[in-house]
Amino acid sequence: MFFVFLILCVVSLSVGSVYIELDHVFHSIVAAITGNLSLSSEEELILFSVRLPRIIFAGIAGAALSLGGVIFQAILRNPLADPYILGISGGSALGAIIGIVIGAGSFYLGIPLLAFLGALATVFLVFIMAGRSRGALLDNSLLLSGVVVNAFFSAAILFFLSIINSMELHSITFWLMGDLSHASAKEIGIAAVCLLAGFIVLYAQTPKLNLIVQGEDTAEHLGVNVEKTKQGLLIVTSLVISVLVSVAGIIGFVGIMVPHLMRLVFGSDHRLLLPVSALFGASFLVVADTIARVVFSPAELPVGVITALCGAPYFIFLLRRKTF
Amino acid sequence: MSVVSAENIDFRYARQPVIDGVSFSIEQAQRVAIIGPNGSGKTTLLKIINGTLVPDAGRMFVAGRETGLWKRREIARKVAIVPQETDVTFPFYAEEIVMMGRFPHLKKYHFEDKNDYRIVHEAMEKTNTLAFASRRFDELSAGERQRVLIARALAQEPEILLLDESTVFLDLKHQAQFLSLLRQLNLSQRLTVMFVTHDINLAAQNASKIILLSSGKIYAIGEPADVITAANIKEVYDVNILVDRNPHDGSPRATLLTS
Repeated sequence: MFFVFLILCVVSLSVGSVYIELDHVFHSIVAAITGNLSLSSEEELILFSVRLPRIIFAGIAGAALSLGGVIFQAILRNPLADPYILGISGGSALGAIIGIVIGAGSFYLGIPLLAFLGALATVFLVFIMAGRSRGALLDNSLLLSGVVVNAFFSAAILFFLSIINSMELHSITFWLMGDLSHASAKEIGIAAVCLLAGFIVLYAQTPKLNLIVQGEDTAEHLGVNVEKTKQGLLIVTSLVISVLVSVAGIIGFVGIMVPHLMRLVFGSDHRLLLPVSALFGASFLVVADTIARVVFSPAELPVGVITALCGAPYFIFLLRRKTF
Repeated sequence: MSVVSAENIDFRYARQPVIDGVSFSIEQAQRVAIIGPNGSGKTTLLKIINGTLVPDAGRMFVAGRETGLWKRREIARKVAIVPQETDVTFPFYAEEIVMMGRFPHLKKYHFEDKNDYRIVHEAMEKTNTLAFASRRFDELSAGERQRVLIARALAQEPEILLLDESTVFLDLKHQAQFLSLLRQLNLSQRLTVMFVTHDINLAAQNASKIILLSSGKIYAIGEPADVITAANIKEVYDVNILVDRNPHDGSPRATLLTS
């Protein structure tokens, strides 16, 4: 018993260290920026009204995507699932674009709402295509359906962007590779609130997630109402992801790398996995976004380029492994 | 009062009837074996008993209450099942798996307390699994995994324990240990045990009552000596057996006659 207690202590200390790491990253960015720029009164303006919100936003985005990865991987019992691979992000983006095209932006939260509907429709679609298998959903039908759904959404997004010439429609790269530089304070605020609320709701379900990854039958045997739990989780996760996509575009592969790395370090207990993944995901995207900003500075890369450059090889590596 | 009783239950997968007009009644602290050929509905029957499947017709009662009325968490405190297999996609430690047996007892939004750890420790002690408590479940052998799953079911502190072929991967020593443990829990805590098995002799020796299923119907039910007869087995399994008495405890012993 004492041994277990020790493990938990060590583990909770490590959670702290990831947080410290995030903090560290945060401070070093601030320091680097301060060092690089000439000392003037503009400095503070850049720091607090340009850099800081963007870093916060990157953190929110990373946490939300990692959260999505953890939840989808658990529900589908497939370590390769994530909001991007499954096409959920694409569905949200398409929903948001349709929202902009039909002018839903004039209603309060109109565009995030349509993004949410897009995400839900995609979840529904993916589950139908993957079938209601009761065994492990490890087979690649899920991934194939994701590929098809993604190709369809990319085409639809390009279609809308080509026929509509609107200032409100962001650039193609925004929707396909993600961009953290356009968000307004209000949008960041909405995303933050959704993330926080989503995290609290999802965290309360983590003991059930542990059981669900043992197989749905097992979860039922041990006292989980699987269908109800899954539906709730999917709705909340879709909400968090879709709101994020509607303000940050599609950023791929974060939700697949982060949970897997965290499982390697911390094991599969979702009560731990969920918060450490959110924290690590936040740190990861802050770093990725910083790289995206500085490598070709003053020109900027979309952050999705960085995540895809790390993520795609990682995905292939995972695909070739037997155990996760 | 009977702890488990079925009233004329039917169950179909798609259109295929799997359980067809089954009725029985089990008293507390009985040891019941469910036997029958492949596809005769044994596993399905277990899932109906613990309420994960709801019969299409008829009624299934656990502790006097229809299974459909129970919340999952409530019924999981009464009925535990040791499944044939479990998903090992994600790595968990053996002890974490056993701790999951405490889930139905946890208050919502609470972590396990000392009492839960004590119960888990005891369950692992009884099943001889403490040695690999901190090893990964997916790296254990089939027999070791089965013992971990048995420990998880014990950690649930059930009143009714359902076993689905839970001894197949166990070596002789662990089989003997496990069967003795069941006897002991059955006597000391009046645990009701229902187990599915293909081993007729295991059933005859360890059950006080045997249900013989054939294509979803109860072909025979009763004491081992009444159910394990050459005629019944010939009819249900289409094999010839010789039945005599086992010299250890006098229970019926089947010998498969092959030419």
